[in-house]
Amino acid sequence: MIRDITIGQYYPAKSSIHRLDPRVKIVCTLLFLISLFVQNSILGYAIATVFLAVVIKVSKVPLKFIVRGLKAIVILLMFTVVMNLFLTKGGEEIFGFWIFHISEQGLRTSVFMAVRLIYLIMGSSLMTFTTTPNSLTDGIESLLHPLNRFHVPVHEVAMMMSIALRFIPILLEETDKIMKAQIARGADLESGNIIQKTKAMVPILVPLFVSAFRRANDLAMAMEARCYCGGEGRTKMKPLIYKNRDYMAYTVTVVYLVLIIGIGRFVPFKLWIF
Amino acid sequence: MEMVQAKELVYEYEKRDDEGNVIGMNRAVDGVDIDVKPGQFVAILGHNGSGKSTLAKHINAILVPTGGTMWVNGVDTKNPDELMHVRQSAGMVFQNPDNQIIGTVVEEDVGFGPENLGVPTDEIWTRVEESLKAVGMLEYRTHSPNKLSGGQKQRVAIAGVIAMEPKCIVLDEPTAMLDPNGRKEVISTVQELRKKKQVTVILITHYMEEVIDADQVYVMDGGHIVMHGTPREIFSQVKELKKYRLDVPQVTMLAEELRNRGLDIPRGILRREELVRYVTELKEKEEKSHVN
Repeated sequence: MIRDITIGQYYPAKSSIHRLDPRVKIVCTLLFLISLFVQNSILGYAIATVFLAVVIKVSKVPLKFIVRGLKAIVILLMFTVVMNLFLTKGGEEIFGFWIFHISEQGLRTSVFMAVRLIYLIMGSSLMTFTTTPNSLTDGIESLLHPLNRFHVPVHEVAMMMSIALRFIPILLEETDKIMKAQIARGADLESGNIIQKTKAMVPILVPLFVSAFRRANDLAMAMEARCYCGGEGRTKMKPLIYKNRDYMAYTVTVVYLVLIIGIGRFVPFKLWIF
Repeated sequence: MEMVQAKELVYEYEKRDDEGNVIGMNRAVDGVDIDVKPGQFVAILGHNGSGKSTLAKHINAILVPTGGTMWVNGVDTKNPDELMHVRQSAGMVFQNPDNQIIGTVVEEDVGFGPENLGVPTDEIWTRVEESLKAVGMLEYRTHSPNKLSGGQKQRVAIAGVIAMEPKCIVLDEPTAMLDPNGRKEVISTVQELRKKKQVTVILITHYMEEVIDADQVYVMDGGHIVMHGTPREIFSQVKELKKYRLDVPQVTMLAEELRNRGLDIPRGILRREELVRYVTELKEKEEKSHVN
């Protein structure tokens, strides 16, 4: 089940999107998400589709990979569509039966909502597909740096994130080991209803937590031994520096955003409402 | 000047019962004196709970003595202003390879120490490259540490320490969690480094085979130094070593047994070739006496 979730995974490839500065990718993804919500027209969605398609093409990440990430939100998607479809009132009624009524407005809203959600997931998973977790953390650290003035421990949080990423596979392996050890001792993890299954997780979680704390202690010591004392006075092995292609990516995204907002304002009403 | 020097070093900690009340003091290290000269290879032996790891943590100022003094490169580790200086001059490699690698990529982990020291970016890269080359892991620089073997992970950890350019490396049971191959790999890396970079090495271990090349050996038990000398001097005293629950190398043991059975072999044989030489000499002598 965990393997189905592709959001947050990295897809190694050599594309110009992969080479972009992580800050650019984060900001541009945010702008793309905003662009999905500031407009509500077929033309607007068409532009968003073209933009997304071009970026996916350039990124060299297979579409199949990105679509697989949508599996995780299928239920949410269905729920939204059904709710919007039946509960939105307005316009002509297209279909009516007993208490179920579908209006023109409802159909429109539900389709747009579905497209919006799908693009949202595709856009943000494209960011994680093309950025290593580490540079993503670097990017977040650098973008949130101004918050330091308000005593937000930005560097520490970023360090915690990257350490967490490093330890995920180790802890997964450990979970597997503990599960096998408990099964060998007669633990039953497979049968029973959901409550019994949850209860059966306790003898796995307790040793896992104990060992995680022990690891954390060891790691803290190892970091101290290597002169770690917070973000102050630290230099970077891989500092983030904007290059020409990064400015280009910013420009392209801003042009796209202006275009999509402009359509809502200036293109005749008839064209963009339906 | 001594590289590492301890005088009447004591480390005490509070012993607590199940509810967390203090019920007494434990002495993990009790009146220890050690002297390590620059460039030496020093081994500290002892079974579990003998206080050897506690002693090692003093050299890196992770622990500060509760009594006595520890000097590293001429600096008292008790001085909080010199903490970073001490940690930079004495790097430390720990037992568990998984729990001391911080980076998600090999080269980033090696760069972690220099980053903390505030080394300029360009120099970090040269240091990382040199350190990885020194431990023979340069081709793995962009790999994830999770995919490496135990021995390789320890070599990365060693590279991470070397990148800080320390004068002394403390290895706290670096091979305890490795298979025999990994153990060999790590120890030969350390030997190689000693030759190339003339760093002082302090190796804490309970594998006797790893200490036969040491300049001096300390044996610890119950927080005290109970034996001190060259490996040959130490391994001559098989009975005493057994008392401290330490095993001598197999060859030394065999030589000792042969000696007990009346063969004329000296004490403290450390290598297989040595024993073979003595035995063949004996045999030749015997053959000669038969001919006569």
